[in-house]
Parts: sequence; structure tokens; C-alpha cells
Amino acid sequence: MNIFDFFRDRKKGNTASVAKERLQIIVAHERGQRNTPDYLPALQKELVEVIRKYVAIDNDDVHVALENQGSCSILELNITLPDR
Amino acid sequence: MAKIIVVTSGKGGVGKTTTSAAIGTGLALRGHKTVIVDFDVGLRNLDLIMGCERRVVYDFVNVVNEEANLQQALIKDKRLENLYVLAASQTRDKDALTQDGVEKVLTELAKDFDFVICDSPAGIEKGASLAMYFADEAIVVTNPEVSSVRDSDRMLGLLSSKSRRAANNEEPIKEHLLLTRYNPERVSKGEMLGVEDVEEILAIRLLGVIPESTAVLKASNSGVPVILDDQSDAGQAYSDAVDRLLGKEMPHRFLDVKKKGWMERLFGGRE
Ligand SMILES: Nc1ncnc2c1ncn2[C@@H]1O[C@H](COP(=O)(O)OP(=O)(O)OP(=O)(O)O)[C@@H](O)[C@H]1O
Ligand SMILES: [Mg+2]
Repeated sequence: MNIFDFFRDRKKGNTASVAKERLQIIVAHERGQRNTPDYLPALQKELVEVIRKYVAIDNDDVHVALENQGSCSILELNITLPDR
Repeated sequence: MAKIIVVTSGKGGVGKTTTSAAIGTGLALRGHKTVIVDFDVGLRNLDLIMGCERRVVYDFVNVVNEEANLQQALIKDKRLENLYVLAASQTRDKDALTQDGVEKVLTELAKDFDFVICDSPAGIEKGASLAMYFADEAIVVTNPEVSSVRDSDRMLGLLSSKSRRAANNEEPIKEHLLLTRYNPERVSKGEMLGVEDVEEILAIRLLGVIPESTAVLKASNSGVPVILDDQSDAGQAYSDAVDRLLGKEMPHRFLDVKKKGWMERLFGGRE
């Protein structure tokens, strides 16, 4: 490595620290999903079907999430209805 | 009652078989009766790394199917008194191993051995989940590289949820991080994740750091587990890891860039 490479490397930045940052984000995200029960996707699908009997919605318009708070869990449903 | 240890990683080619052979041999060297079991059905390789490939007559699947008994299938190491290998089958039938079959074989091995080392196949399919299911401890082999670290984290999730210990609500599998193919020079240049980075992300106990080493290929070429090359950096690093596995406090070596002597600096040396 010569002196010019040295400065170029400095400017390009340290790729290991980029790797670390990206890993921290993706790993935290995947750990969050890991603890959700297996039945959530099926639950979401059935909910969409029920709601569709009454309102025209897309699959993406229903969000289910389970949040653990101490000894109890909160099932959060978020349904976006189409514009009236 | 044996301690069952799975060597796992998720990602392929990171050094599980190299590690299983080294750690198993290291335990036997220290007087513990040890068997290394190859779970990589269809891609048997442990036999080559251990140098017993020409002595495989019966394998794991034969024992599960009761075509042979354990005594017939266990291959005794030629070098060490306390060391045995149970080879994987080369069958293409992916379902050759069943949970009941594996349980039966491991239970029988556990009666007779101090340590059962399970060399897991890559991936998260059946072979990998069977290899980890009955484990008491896990060695998660990781390379300092993004996809390997992510896959290791995935395996940690499976270890804590998909195992006999989890199913029975017992104490969880004890997890150890083994960082392999570590290149201190590249770490110091900021090209490779450092030990502290990987430790921080995975947050499990560090069992050891094995440097990237030419000794590993030499060892596999000749069918001698690298830990028996006690002059080599990788051999010594594995040896320390075995001591730590047995509860000894050992300082970590080979983490820093080797300082070149003035002769080497002047004339250059082959890497
Ligand atoms: N510390 C090391 N230094 C240099 N090369 C290494 C090191 N560890 C492993 N290797 C090499 O990496 C390759 C893969 O190793 P190994 O077969 O042990 O991985 P594996 O995780 O068992 O692979 P698979 O997922 O296919 O079972 C081999 O060629 C081996 O020689
Ligand atoms: Mg392997």
C-alpha cells in the first residue's frame, strides 16, 4: 500500500464498520420477527377474508402485530379502509 | 451420561467439519471418551478430515435402520484410544434420518461416551435441525463476514426454540461462538469484522478465534485433524478452545497482526 492508497482508503471509509452497522439493523429486525407466533400470517389472511365480505380491501391493508409487554401480549390490528 | 454438543452455522463452508474434527480430537486427547457423528447425509466428509474414509463399512443410517449395530458402525481412531467416528450415509434419501432414529442412536451413544459431537450440515433443513435437537451445548461456527453472522443469529433463534430442551422447558442449550478464518491483518485495515464486532452483534460467549491458516488445508489433505498439528496457529487456537470448553480460562491468542522480523521485512516472505 502506498501513500495514495492510504488516503483513498480513508476516503472510501472502513467497510467493516459499514458491515457492522448493517448487521446490527437487520439482526435486530429479524429477532423482532422471530418471537411472533406462527399463526399470525394465517390469522391475517382470514381476517382479510372476513373484512372483504363487507369492504373491498387489499391484503396489504391489514396489519397484525403481537407485542409482548411483561406478562401480557397485545394483538394489534391495523386495517386501512379504502377512500370513501 | 455424555454431553451432546452440536457444531452448527446455518451458512455452508464456514468450518463446521474442520471444527468438529478438531474439537472432538482435542477432547479425546485430554482423556475424554468422544465420538464425532456426521449428520451431513448425502455429503459425507468428516471421514476424510479424520482420515478414516477407507474404513467406513456401516454408517449412521444403517444403525437407524437396524441394518447394523453401533459397535459395527463406530470407527475407532487409529491415533487416539478414546476417539470414534460415526460416518454419515451417502444415500440420496433426505429422509433417511428420523427424529426417533436419531434419538435412539444418541441415547445409546450417551451411555458409553463422555462427549458426542454432532457435525451439522449447512442450512436449516431437516439434517441441521436433527443435529441440534438433542444438544446440550452448541458451538456456532461463524466467519467474520455479513452473511455468516446473520445466519449464525438465525441458528441461535432455532437453538433456543426448536430443541428437546426447549420442548421440555429445560435449561436452554448453552451457546458458544467460534469465530473461524479470522484474518487479523484485514481486520486492522478495516476490511473485515473484528472479534468485538461479532461478539457485540451475536451476544454469546466467545469460545475461541481460529485464524485463517494454511495449516487447515494441509491437515485436511493428509486426513489429520488440525489440532494434532500442535506447531500451527490454527491447531493451538483449537487447543485453547477445547480447554475453554472444559471450563479453563485461557487468554485469546492470534488476534493481532504478526509483527514481521527485520529479515522478513527486508527480503519479504511468502505468506
Ligand atoms: N481456519 C481456517 N483457515 C483456512 N481454511 C479453513 C479454515 N477453516 C476451514 N477452512 C477451509 O474451509 C473449507 C470449508 O471447511 P469445512 O468443510 O470444515 O466447512 P463446513 O462448514 O463443514 O462446510 P459444509 O457446510 O459444506 O459442511 C475447507 O476447504 C477448509 O479447509
Ligand atoms: Mg461439513
